[in-house]
Amino acid sequence: MSIDKNTVTKIARLARIKVEDSEKERLAVELSNILKMIEELDAVNTDGVEPLTSVVQMQMHAREDVVTDGGIPEKILKNAPESTAGFFVVPKVVE
Amino acid sequence: MSASHALIKGETGDWEIVIGLEVHAQVLTKSKLFSGSSADFGAAPNAQVSPVDAGMPGMLPVLNKECITKAVRTGLGLNAVINKVSVFERKNYFYPDLPQGYQISQYQHPIVGNGEIEIDLADGTVKKIGVERLHLEQDAGKSLHDQHPSKSFVDLNRSGNPLMEIVSKPDMRSAEEAGAYVTKLRAIVRYLGTCDGNMDEGSMRCDVNVSVRRPGAELGTRCEIKNVNSVRFVQQAVDYEARRQVEVIEGGGTITQETRLFDTKNGTTRTMRSKEDAHDYRYFPDPDLLPLVVEDSFVADIRKSMPELPDAKKHRFMKDYGLSIQDAGVLIAEKERTDYFEIVAKGRDAKLAANWVLSELLGALKKAEKEFGDSPVRAEQLGGLIGLISDNTISGKIAKEVFAEMFATGKEAADIVESRGLRQVTDTGEIDRIVSEVVKDNPDKVAEYKGGKDKLFGFFVGQILKKSGGKANPGLVNDILKKKLEE
Amino acid sequence: MTKLTDLTIAGALAGLKKKDFTAVELVDAHIAGAEAARHLNCFITETFDAAREQAKQSHDRYTKGTALPLDGIPIAMKDLFCTEGVQTTAASAILKGFKPPYESTVSGKMKADGMITIGKANLDEFAMGSSNTTSHYGNVINPWKRKGDNKDLVPGGSSGGSAAAVAARIAMGATGTDTGGSIRQPAAFCGISGIKPTYGRCSRWGVVAFASSLDQPGPFARNTEDCALLLRSMAGYDPKDSTSVNKEVPDYAKVIGGSLKGLRVGVPKEYRIEGTSPEIIALWDKGVQMMKDAGAEIVEVSLPHTKYALHAYYVVAPAECSSNLARYDGVRFGARVEGDNLIDTYEKTRQAGFGAEVRRRILIGTYVLSAGYYDAYYNKARKVRKLIWNDFIEAYKKCDILLTPTAPTPAFAIGENTSDPVTMYLNDVFTIPASMAGMPGMSIPVGLSSDGLPLGLQLIGKPFDEETMFRAAFALEQAAKFTAVPQNIVGKAA
Ligand SMILES: [Mg+2]
Ligand SMILES: [Zn+2]
Repeated sequence: MSIDKNTVTKIARLARIKVEDSEKERLAVELSNILKMIEELDAVNTDGVEPLTSVVQMQMHAREDVVTDGGIPEKILKNAPESTAGFFVVPKVVE
Repeated sequence: MSASHALIKGETGDWEIVIGLEVHAQVLTKSKLFSGSSADFGAAPNAQVSPVDAGMPGMLPVLNKECITKAVRTGLGLNAVINKVSVFERKNYFYPDLPQGYQISQYQHPIVGNGEIEIDLADGTVKKIGVERLHLEQDAGKSLHDQHPSKSFVDLNRSGNPLMEIVSKPDMRSAEEAGAYVTKLRAIVRYLGTCDGNMDEGSMRCDVNVSVRRPGAELGTRCEIKNVNSVRFVQQAVDYEARRQVEVIEGGGTITQETRLFDTKNGTTRTMRSKEDAHDYRYFPDPDLLPLVVEDSFVADIRKSMPELPDAKKHRFMKDYGLSIQDAGVLIAEKERTDYFEIVAKGRDAKLAANWVLSELLGALKKAEKEFGDSPVRAEQLGGLIGLISDNTISGKIAKEVFAEMFATGKEAADIVESRGLRQVTDTGEIDRIVSEVVKDNPDKVAEYKGGKDKLFGFFVGQILKKSGGKANPGLVNDILKKKLEE
Repeated sequence: MTKLTDLTIAGALAGLKKKDFTAVELVDAHIAGAEAARHLNCFITETFDAAREQAKQSHDRYTKGTALPLDGIPIAMKDLFCTEGVQTTAASAILKGFKPPYESTVSGKMKADGMITIGKANLDEFAMGSSNTTSHYGNVINPWKRKGDNKDLVPGGSSGGSAAAVAARIAMGATGTDTGGSIRQPAAFCGISGIKPTYGRCSRWGVVAFASSLDQPGPFARNTEDCALLLRSMAGYDPKDSTSVNKEVPDYAKVIGGSLKGLRVGVPKEYRIEGTSPEIIALWDKGVQMMKDAGAEIVEVSLPHTKYALHAYYVVAPAECSSNLARYDGVRFGARVEGDNLIDTYEKTRQAGFGAEVRRRILIGTYVLSAGYYDAYYNKARKVRKLIWNDFIEAYKKCDILLTPTAPTPAFAIGENTSDPVTMYLNDVFTIPASMAGMPGMSIPVGLSSDGLPLGLQLIGKPFDEETMFRAAFALEQAAKFTAVPQNIVGKAA
């Protein structure tokens, strides 16, 4: 499988990263090379192998249902590029 | 109206509506699904947000135990399979109210599998609706689009709230069935205490999947109507959307699978523009979490703690109290209603209790636009009134007057009966006196009666009751009057 | 008396207790060193003033006799650890000016033990790189030079600033994070020691995520004992990290010096990968001999899927990073580039905010997860990962620890190996297998290349058996007697 310019456009859109047309050719080549390397995996026989879910061999621990956080709107908004009246502000979204 | 009557009559023939529902029910918890901030409704913007909920760098999710318990509890309430192992995955997409850039949700391996619930239809029929799955997932924040001409405002208080997404099978065939399903689901989670079912505050929201087809034909292309938040709106959305689809198809067009919005103002649906560009959610297991394992013993303990659920109650009411399926259905539809009824019926004539709750009280509440929760007549008080009827202290007719006053003033039945001297006359001497008077005052009628005009009996009874101010016990009046007229 | 900046952590603690010098003197000496070595670009943010303040408080504790376990020790903190109120950038433009309202668990534990951070260390952007050349804040220069060649060399990566700072005697120890080799490879390039602990040993809470299933914090220091002291402070169960393992933390320093009698050291035959410098293969053989001389039993083992670890890694790591880095959208924190509409704003923000390598990995990760490719790439990689894990479990039936090279080459010059990303990725060929299996790994300086650059060997231990790793590392250290120092260190002119 090799990645062409259209695929670059498609995944760049999914990843929300602007890619200039001038870069697409180069990127397509770079990504295709990485993909070529990755595809050497096809040589490995994985029939009947369970995918590894995690390297930690334990059961997941869970929290008690208590309120231990929040109540810090100013800290939450402090790093925001734009905020008003306690809200984060973004360019208008059309629903 | 039940399924069979729900066909849409199109220009080219009948169309069957096929409906499946995805209900998002907020798990009743103090804190969020993966963070320790409060899950309450209505706080100041971003006041219930932790760095985890804001998707800040290096923040990690830790699962809330209570959500596991309540998801399993709900699963059991839906008569569903509980999956020993479930997996949280990431659903990746960009949206301002999705701080992490992904929603943590159970995708391939939900915590609850196949289940089934009964819905009650107006014509007294009962239909089983399949539940495909229930999974746990994070809620998103809220975007406000109407605050500024060129900006949207984002409040993350809701971001990370625990949701149970309950997905039905496409088993519903009419707006009524869809409404009945949501009503029943809401009753179940409220009986279980796993969700407050508060649809105005959005703790229960429905995604309605609608398609149409020729009766019995292959499934048609469906449209998903997002976030419909009342039973009435669900029904409106189904009706509008089904008709729209029929018109499109009969007009020679085809239905394209899409996400639509419901407009509460005019009851219509429209394409959701922000969902137009094709989605590819790139699900994969969340590497910040491990598979969730629920032990059999854990499930068994929850099973032991299960309360009696709406359908079980319904069947018990029918069996023990001899109530019709409709009456039983109405009584279990709302938890407060059921609780109210059970207090009234406790140790009393349940059939009589049911009649009063369903007719007098329900009617009065509707008129006063009140809920059972805030009824001016408390269950114990209505029970008192029914007691007075059962022991012949007052007649049913008087009882209605007493009830009206109770409803208006909140007074106890007994006090009203006493203060207004409404006690039924059961003293035979007193009744005998009145009967004799009436007979004496109407010699000619007596003659006609004796002459064979039997229906005059009613006339005498009427006169007697009138004289007694409605308080004479009708039974006694009959017996004594008969004797007198035989003389 | 040896220069304060030449002391080991253990030595410094002894000196502080004996009042040979004060914490203020110790910290000032290192700050002076940092100022003198600014051209190495080890730090993105210097925290000298705060450090001086903390040094005073540390001094008070020593005088009051209430000193903390590692009180007054100046360290470098990789700028991937969120530090409350102090800029944390992950070496990315997109986080320029970001001041977290929280402190990472690991940096918090070190602070609580009295350690003093003198700066936020430079790294590859979002820890993606093996040469520290992808940092938005400029590359780090390795304090080492080739014999008779003044070319600037890379310190390795991603934890390049941390490794260079410790090697240059700017800090006595440092934190790093290791996803595919980001502690072990720079340790080898800079001639110091570094550990990637067992996955789950150190909390990831508050550490900017690259690839969650692989990331693991760990320490750098100039010898094994110092690494043991630092790891003991950094490690431990954290209820805020669902992948943190609840096992208590042993006193690692105690095991140091123990004999290697009965220790079975595995030598994986598949690690003789072509493209590896003959000098490194030779060093490896030397290391094996050293272990044998120290009393260990040498066994050949097989890790058949080693050669596929790199390939699987370049599916798993980009996939996870493509999702982990979605939060950098210019909405709640970080830089925003305004566009014509929301999507345009997202796209411009992320185009301008991320460097080329980060964008490349996000795109690859997005691709391998996208509809239709999940099973072919991501799931395939997870299955191969299982096989790699099985390899180690099998090998550990025959041995207690593995000895391998750390990196296929010594440090290279800035600009070399950068033409093609894939060649650059090969730097981690020896370190990635342990990362994929979650095993602990450690790099120790064992010798010099013919042109005078440090070379390291890697020990790979059993899960949560860092103790055996330290025991073996110390023995290797004793045998190797690595005393060479970089040309570019405090006191020497650059
Ligand atoms: Mg949905
Ligand atoms: Zn959902």
